[in-house]
Amino acid sequence: MTVLDHRNQPAEAAPVPGWRPGATAPRTDPAPLLPDAEPYRVLGTPAAAGTDPELLRELYRRLVAGRRYNQQATTLTKQGRLAVYPASTGQEACQVAAALALRPADWLFPSYRDTLAVVARGVDPLQALTLLRGDAHTGYDPRATRTAPLCTPLATQVPHAVGLAHAARLAGDDTVALALLGDGGTSEGDFHEGLNFAAVLHAPVVFLVQNNGYAISVPLTRQSAAPTLAHKAVGYGVPGRLVDGNDAAAVHAVLTEAVERARAGGGPTLVEALTYRIEAHTNADDATRYRQPEEVDAWRAHDPVRLLEDALRERGLLDERLVADAAEQAERLAARMRAEFHTDPAPDPMSLFAHVYAEPTQQLREQADRLAAELAAEAEAEDGTGSGVPGR
Amino acid sequence: MSTAVTEQHGLRTGTMAQALNLALRDAMRADRTVHVLGEDVGALGGVFRITDGLTAEFGPDRCLDTPLAEAGILGTAVGMAMYGLRPVVEMQFDAFAYPALEQLFSHVAKMRNRTAGKLPLPITVRIPYGGGIGGVEHHSDASEAYYAHTPGLHVVTPATVADAYGLLRESIASDDPVVFLEPKRLYWGKAEWDPAAAVEPVGRAVLRRPGTSAVLVSYGPSLPVCLEAAEAAKAEGWDLAVLDLRSLVPFDEETACAVVRSLGRAVVVHESAGFGGAGAEIAARLTEKCFHHLAAPVLRVTGFDIPYPPPMLEHHHLPGVDRILDAVARLQWEE
Repeated sequence: MTVLDHRNQPAEAAPVPGWRPGATAPRTDPAPLLPDAEPYRVLGTPAAAGTDPELLRELYRRLVAGRRYNQQATTLTKQGRLAVYPASTGQEACQVAAALALRPADWLFPSYRDTLAVVARGVDPLQALTLLRGDAHTGYDPRATRTAPLCTPLATQVPHAVGLAHAARLAGDDTVALALLGDGGTSEGDFHEGLNFAAVLHAPVVFLVQNNGYAISVPLTRQSAAPTLAHKAVGYGVPGRLVDGNDAAAVHAVLTEAVERARAGGGPTLVEALTYRIEAHTNADDATRYRQPEEVDAWRAHDPVRLLEDALRERGLLDERLVADAAEQAERLAARMRAEFHTDPAPDPMSLFAHVYAEPTQQLREQADRLAAELAAEAEAEDGTGSGVPGR
Repeated sequence: MSTAVTEQHGLRTGTMAQALNLALRDAMRADRTVHVLGEDVGALGGVFRITDGLTAEFGPDRCLDTPLAEAGILGTAVGMAMYGLRPVVEMQFDAFAYPALEQLFSHVAKMRNRTAGKLPLPITVRIPYGGGIGGVEHHSDASEAYYAHTPGLHVVTPATVADAYGLLRESIASDDPVVFLEPKRLYWGKAEWDPAAAVEPVGRAVLRRPGTSAVLVSYGPSLPVCLEAAEAAKAEGWDLAVLDLRSLVPFDEETACAVVRSLGRAVVVHESAGFGGAGAEIAARLTEKCFHHLAAPVLRVTGFDIPYPPPMLEHHHLPGVDRILDAVARLQWEE
């Protein structure tokens, strides 16, 4: 019997066991915390008629561009222009629709696969790639863009989102924080601690788990025995929502509801978006070792871009001009990526010491001097004006 | 770091625990962005009472009792700092901080660097640390080497009541994250001190006792032991100087080298394990910088390389006066 099975049973006041002290917190009926028995969908359902056509068109343009971005970035890894790229092909709807549910003053806490969400926040598409290119850790200004650095350790950004949301609420601001993570991240302690803090602090924060089926190679069945990852919310006393992560309109609707609920003082929500990673974990991974092509093909048939395109056509919202515009916009982006990543960047070696502390320690100043001397000697050797450093 | 102590209190007699409490109180009065959070810091005032009365004066939002989860506490503090607050986190005991090490190492220490200076994190992590109070396992670790080895963190530890106040005020005012190690066994030592009197800034070592024979280099909980050893050494005809580092990061190489060069003999003393410990770094650095002034190798007196022992055996592990004097005797180096 799962928690879901309790939903239609009448709530009855259980007798308080004699061992339980009286002064416990009010206990919550778990049933209302999980409203979705099945993943919530919009596209292809009667609810689609109520979705703003302009939002659907905007999602379409961004999904098409996002798909192209994923393809171009993967190609750049093959050319050695990016150190690594964890493609989000197949997950574009989750990332784009979730980010679009935020207001500019809200904060996004992305993990490493969430470059499209970062771009949807307004970060320059190329600056979102500096970490993966290898020339700088974070290419954008987190404060200016209200977007935290792409987080590589799993789920450690979850308590950050909670703390920021908590601080914003204390300041009287209506800022909401959105933390993105994957199915593997829900096994980490920081996920648990973050959700528990959020619930206890009643923080205006939303957690979106993009369940793409695999944590690198480990399938969900080896990750969690919970009926759904949304079920995990019940243990913290917060609502859990289950949504079709390839249905951009559904993700946008569920996230908007959760974000606005948080903004209005309703506390945190955990959303599980069911989706699939079409590509391997990164370009360095061999996905054929742990999953069958039939499985990938089945998910290709449920492609987020195609779902949205079909829905738009059905409603007569997709004319050839929009198709052409979206395609052209995507190609322009890809061309810009190719052009700007044509050469290796030349980051300043002295920047190594620039931001370790507000003021460098004596030891760091000495090390910076040493590197500067090494660079000067190298430059001299290359100029042919000196013999370089002897013995090297 | 700049000294932020401005309040007028006048001369008073108090313990290190009281000085730390006053430092938190004054910091919270002076700056509304200072928030204290941790397990039991509220109604209880912390298990050592360092946060006593803060919730009563500043409310439960500014002195926040959190769920029992160290990674959650520190991770939440990261987000709070990102939004402009100055969180002061309490880790209840040294070894209880370990679940938060990923947050500390991967985020607190690196956020300034990862964001090219855009997101500095002014977080102070207070950790009651070290042994000598009869605590059972997991309550007496001396873990400073882990923190000092992590670039991006300042590592501070006071040995006097006045420093406890001054260094904590400065740590809270710092724009960089500070691991503030509070020597548990010095919590209840009383001293006369003036909170309004400025102390030396973080990153400056202080000569607690001048001497002419050799210098004992130490910090935090081992400092009073060194002073005691210096006193006892007089009977042996040794006039020992005692240098209090006060912070491991930044490390005051200039002062330490000046003393070592002038005396030619040095012993580094700390209670944490010697292998890979802070003393190894200090001894290596002093040797590299002062080699031609040394009359003997820089020696180390440290705790053994063992997990912290049961309380009935801890006095064998912790460096005492005899072990220090034994090292001093070995400084009479002969080729």
